Amino acid sequence: MTAATLPVSSLAVRGRFRRRLRKFGFALSVVVIVSPAILVFLWMLSLSLKTEVDNVAYPPVFIPNPPTLSNFVQVFAENSMGLYFWNSIVVSGLATLIALAVGIPAGYGIARAQAHKLTVLILIARMTPALSYLIPLFTVFQFLGLNNTLTALVITHLVITVPIVVYIMAGHFETLPRELEEAAQIDGASVWTTFRHVAMPLARPGIVVGTILAFIFSWNNFVFGAVLAGRATRTLPAAVYNVLTFEQLAWGPLAAAAIVVTLPVLLLTIFIQKEIVIGMTAGGVKGG
Amino acid sequence: MHSSAIAGTARPGFLARRRRSYVFFIVPALLVVGAVIIFPWLFTVWMSAFDWRIGSAAHFIGLENYIKLATNQRFHEAILHTLYFTLLAVVVPLIAGTAAALIFHREFPLRGLLRSVFTMPMMATPVAVALVWTMMFHPQQGVLNYLLSLVGLPPSLWVYSPTLVIPSLVLVEIWHWTPLVMLIVLGGLAALPTEPYESARLDGASEWQLFRYITLPLLAPFLVVAAVIRTIDAIKAFDTIYVISQGGPGTASETINLYLYLQAFAFYNVGNASAVVVVFFAIILALALLLLYVRQRAKWT
Repeated sequence: MTAATLPVSSLAVRGRFRRRLRKFGFALSVVVIVSPAILVFLWMLSLSLKTEVDNVAYPPVFIPNPPTLSNFVQVFAENSMGLYFWNSIVVSGLATLIALAVGIPAGYGIARAQAHKLTVLILIARMTPALSYLIPLFTVFQFLGLNNTLTALVITHLVITVPIVVYIMAGHFETLPRELEEAAQIDGASVWTTFRHVAMPLARPGIVVGTILAFIFSWNNFVFGAVLAGRATRTLPAAVYNVLTFEQLAWGPLAAAAIVVTLPVLLLTIFIQKEIVIGMTAGGVKGG
Repeated sequence: MHSSAIAGTARPGFLARRRRSYVFFIVPALLVVGAVIIFPWLFTVWMSAFDWRIGSAAHFIGLENYIKLATNQRFHEAILHTLYFTLLAVVVPLIAGTAAALIFHREFPLRGLLRSVFTMPMMATPVAVALVWTMMFHPQQGVLNYLLSLVGLPPSLWVYSPTLVIPSLVLVEIWHWTPLVMLIVLGGLAALPTEPYESARLDGASEWQLFRYITLPLLAPFLVVAAVIRTIDAIKAFDTIYVISQGGPGTASETINLYLYLQAFAFYNVGNASAVVVVFFAIILALALLLLYVRQRAKWT
């Protein structure tokens, strides 16, 4: 009797042990895969909250003691961060609004007229490096005397915002059922009325995703501002880079400036996490 | 019955008329795209035929810019740097992203929150991220060398070493873009059917066999999409390279994009830079066509 039950219970113990080991291994792999993302951001935060002495200490000081906001104060006081922040909002905001105005109807037109060749054009536009638009546009702006103005920046940022909005809206309108629109048209609604009052309200989630992605991509752009903007018209990323190269090499203010640039984007991402995932993957899978 | 009969008889003329009216929806966007995208393409091709420096007169020189590029060693090296960078920056995120997707596909506590944290790098401003990595790469005070010392490894020069600079920059790229691959593959995993797994399990297949012979083939289209997007983004990489290494040390990390930038906005040699853009564009287009061809094949088999 005992001889027969012993192997069974030891098997059960071994099974439980193996299950626990597997669980531990899985937890470890989660930690391994998530920690680089979280550690870099925590390090950024740590650098921005420490004094310069602690920032260049070796071995590194990880936890600010005591934490100080002086780096943030310095960045705003000495480097007109407020102005650059406003420039970024104006440029990305206007470029996104214009892209929505032309991109939502265009996405609808492409989806309903089955004009898929146009999405190929959009795709090629997305593939082309931003830098290659900059050379001809810079030359033209030079000729027109528009360099160093916010107008020039808004125009160039359309290179980023228009393709992404058209792309996402075309993909989104394709997924909407056509029956409602067809019913409206049989009832005598014009194509424009159908678009305005039937298709567009249904496409609101797509519009939200398109708006946020266009704004983020525009906000994150560095090279347009770095080349086209003057001292007073720099966007945030370009301004932060200039803080690094020309004015100072201190790590605390730099990390503080980096946080000021990227925090709005991260907040936007957190609040609409699910929609961004849908938007990015839908766009990618549809068009790739 | 009644309405479908109407739709059936009215369809051909109705559709053609509707199609024409949809053109008006596309016109405004086409005008904008024409002005800021297509015009710059054409203007670039035109400029590439000139010896043109900003501030001085342009001279027509035909194909001479291209002939010079064909023998320009610095440009050839830039192409090689770009290919090396792109290869690493596509392959590693694809593998890591697939692994991450397999992990996030399973249920575990805090999954939603951890997935949000994992995808944060993808959205973060590249310049801001690059600044932080620059500080982390610092050979004396950088935190990365401290971490190496903790596990008993000698300090590295990272981006200050001509041989390590590209792999170090790729490290940033991996950190930045693996989340996008993960999201695409995760979408693929969510769409997988369950029946093949059930019958394979009944036949006694191991976890690895399930992955190798069922999951991987079914994921192939998604992996190709991820590869296409990743390739395009890696070739285009500029911000992080420019901020972290400026193409240095020397020209060790000078990619086509960096070379282009210097020609245009450090030397104001827009004629030569335009020729580089045209060649660059041809390379990207060739790669995209190749990848789309592979994608079509992955779809049909």
